[in-house]
Amino acid sequence: MAVKVQADDFDLAAELAAMRAGNHNIGAVASFVGLVRDMADLGDGGRDQVTAMTLEHYPGMTEKMLARIDAEAQARWPLEASLIIHRHGRLQAGEQIVLVACASPHRTAALEACHFLIDWLKTEAPFWKLEQTPDGDGHWVAARDSDTAATEKWR
Amino acid sequence: MKILYFAWLRNKVGCAEEELTPPADVVTVADLVAWLATQSSGHADALADMQVVRCAVDQEYVGLEHVIGAAREVAFFPPVTGGD
Repeated sequence: MAVKVQADDFDLAAELAAMRAGNHNIGAVASFVGLVRDMADLGDGGRDQVTAMTLEHYPGMTEKMLARIDAEAQARWPLEASLIIHRHGRLQAGEQIVLVACASPHRTAALEACHFLIDWLKTEAPFWKLEQTPDGDGHWVAARDSDTAATEKWR
Repeated sequence: MKILYFAWLRNKVGCAEEELTPPADVVTVADLVAWLATQSSGHADALADMQVVRCAVDQEYVGLEHVIGAAREVAFFPPVTGGD
């Protein structure tokens, strides 16, 4: 029920506490945090070290798509609360990129909705990753078929 | 209408957005792509393989057969790569 697209980092504990504050119908909170890895799959079989990445997005459409994905999760599962935070801009290896969290009276809905949100987000939200490697060249990350397959299983 | 380019399409075209008025015979997204490709070698390069380009009209995903109509904003970009 909340969507944030921001350059700033987020505090996982504070965000989860705020999400469930005052709602005692919540018996389960599931969350997923995505991080910048320090290795990149360059697609040609070789791997190179990634020092940082820049996440570009489509302002306006991003928020619209995330709100739609969030509404879809609300329609499918009995959620008391949900939260999506996606960062943009330059991020270093190890930094948090994305948070998805769902709260429900029981664990099954919270866990399933959380899994659904991160799978759908990856193929529906207009973000693009530019990875910076030590040689200075930027590398636009290609979409993976496995991500599309992960989304398809929820249709 | 406003045309937006993201990620490597922006690099190839050489700008993030431009205001263009396509001719009247541009009806669908496919028509627009064909017309844009005549604008410069950068446009032609960016839009050469539409298998790896997605399009949004007024911030909704659409296919090549979509009729543009009175759209104010058309965006071209690669398949998305958000999340972890």
